[in-house]
Amino acid sequence: MENIIEIQNLVKTFDGIAAVNEISFFVQRGEFFGLLGPNGAGKTTTIRMLYGFSPRTRGKLRIFGMDISTEYRKIKARIGVCQQDNTLDPDLTVEQNLHVFAEYFAIPKKEAFERSRELLEFFALNHKKDAKVLELSGGMARRLILARSLINKPELLILDEPTTGLDPQARHQVWEKLEELKETGITVVITTHYMEEASRLCDRLVIVDHGKILVDGSPEDLIDRYAGRHIIEIEGPDQALIEYMKKHDFEYDDLDRRLILYEPEGRDLNHTIRERFCNEKCIYRNSTLEDVFLRLTGRGLRE
Amino acid sequence: MIDLAAFSWRFLKVWKRNLVVYQRIWKVSFLTPLFEPLFYILAFGLGFSGLIGSVHYGGADLSYTAFIVPALIATAVMWNAFFETTYGSFVRMYYQKTFDAMMATPLSLEEIIIAEIVWSASKSVAAAAIMLTVLGLLGFVQLPMGLLLIPLAFVGGLAFGAIGMFFTGIIPTIDMFNLPIFLFVTPMFLFSGTFFPISNLPGWMQPFALAFPLYHLAELARRFSIGTSETGTIISIGYLIVFFLFFTVLSFGAMKKRLIQ
Ligand SMILES: Nc1ncnc2c1ncn2[C@@H]1O[C@H](COP(=O)(O)OP(=O)(O)OP(=O)(O)O)[C@@H](O)[C@H]1O
Ligand SMILES: [Mg+2]
Repeated sequence: MENIIEIQNLVKTFDGIAAVNEISFFVQRGEFFGLLGPNGAGKTTTIRMLYGFSPRTRGKLRIFGMDISTEYRKIKARIGVCQQDNTLDPDLTVEQNLHVFAEYFAIPKKEAFERSRELLEFFALNHKKDAKVLELSGGMARRLILARSLINKPELLILDEPTTGLDPQARHQVWEKLEELKETGITVVITTHYMEEASRLCDRLVIVDHGKILVDGSPEDLIDRYAGRHIIEIEGPDQALIEYMKKHDFEYDDLDRRLILYEPEGRDLNHTIRERFCNEKCIYRNSTLEDVFLRLTGRGLRE
Repeated sequence: MIDLAAFSWRFLKVWKRNLVVYQRIWKVSFLTPLFEPLFYILAFGLGFSGLIGSVHYGGADLSYTAFIVPALIATAVMWNAFFETTYGSFVRMYYQKTFDAMMATPLSLEEIIIAEIVWSASKSVAAAAIMLTVLGLLGFVQLPMGLLLIPLAFVGGLAFGAIGMFFTGIIPTIDMFNLPIFLFVTPMFLFSGTFFPISNLPGWMQPFALAFPLYHLAELARRFSIGTSETGTIISIGYLIVFFLFFTVLSFGAMKKRLIQ
């Protein structure tokens, strides 16, 4: 498989402090690749280096086999970027945003107009094409940014939190659109704080924290490896339970008022717990990527 | 330091973006250059000239109105370009993140900056053209020689656009544009031989006036509209071009430092 992105020991420091610290990964053509991590983990910094916005401090970074610092024009012509901030042009209408952006890519006018029409259609924005950007709802604005990032038919799409701040309906709509895009063979790098989004969309992902990669793998694989298949949440755990778990060497997280027990493969702990230790409320559920995330990055607040 | 690969005609795309936006507001924008010179001519020309009589300039005696009219065009060129690359560019860069979006496309930062400066000069040209029409009809500008004011407005606009862009690169917040305006633009506006010949300035101030780009622009504007000036045409044009190049290069550095982290 062809590597679209190759990163090796990539470092970015701001005033001597490393925001990205020796990360390495690769992304293959057609993959949906996730970059997860708490606030300040270094996701946006990584992404900015990817599309040539920030120069790297150290390390190797190749996109389509080319070096971004010298061949940025060729590379940028083939990628689409959806930045974390809203960078739509508020001086222009919805449709003009697409037309003007197409100009930056030197797309011929006829093609640009056609492509804009298709994209407005695809993202259900046709009825708003003459609206000002500031009149759009958050969801529409996000869809327009996505549409804009696709104007040059990119082979690689880079999305920095494309669904942050959207309501569930809008988020699901974006997911559906991204899934449709996936059918076309496009390669995507996405950051998100929604674990459900990452599970649903990503073929493979890395979890980063403090500028370092903690783990990488497919969502299912990570869940298996770091959170078992099932989890039992026990509210108001007592000493007896903790002793029982220590004795059997079960893995658990003690959150004071709540205890999270990772059920080992092939054991049915649910009944035992329910019968013997469930004082208040016990929940038996499938593990999710969110469990993996919290387990690996801790539960403390960031920033 | 200057990477030639970063320059291409693509900067015209950014220029065109500004034109698209301008097309929505031009009806308001052209009122200022249309009426402002008329106000000045009324106030200074009619109201003032009774007090002043004639002005001795470039070996000739001019009516006060004839003296200030070319300078009005020069100051309009200055304000249009300077405002565009200070307040205008700052809003696009800082609040609207327009440059951030552009930098995800094959555009280089140099092209964006050049486009902003050239755009500001284009606005100067538009203002000068409107003023020229009004002032030409009123007989204050000799034609067809006065048509040279159009390319002159472009060169002058480049010079003031470039220094404005440099301020945009270094200013922390938008209110702080007051500072360069207060320290640089206002003195220049008043002491560049615009409202009185610099020979009326105290001797120690005259070299400063000669360093002001507005002085050279006003000189050239007089040369092209009434055929008289005190400084060599080539020297003044050369000064404006060097000023433009110098501050364009400085603004590349300042904007890179500001935007690329
Ligand atoms: N321009 C900058 N100057 C100095 N420090 C910076 C700069 N940009 C980012 N940082 C720091 O680098 C670290 C990583 O920031 P980054 O924006 O990459 O995080 P993130 O993972 O995208 O977070 P979030 O989820 O909040 O968007 C943070 O500690 C941040 O304060
Ligand atoms: Mg971020």
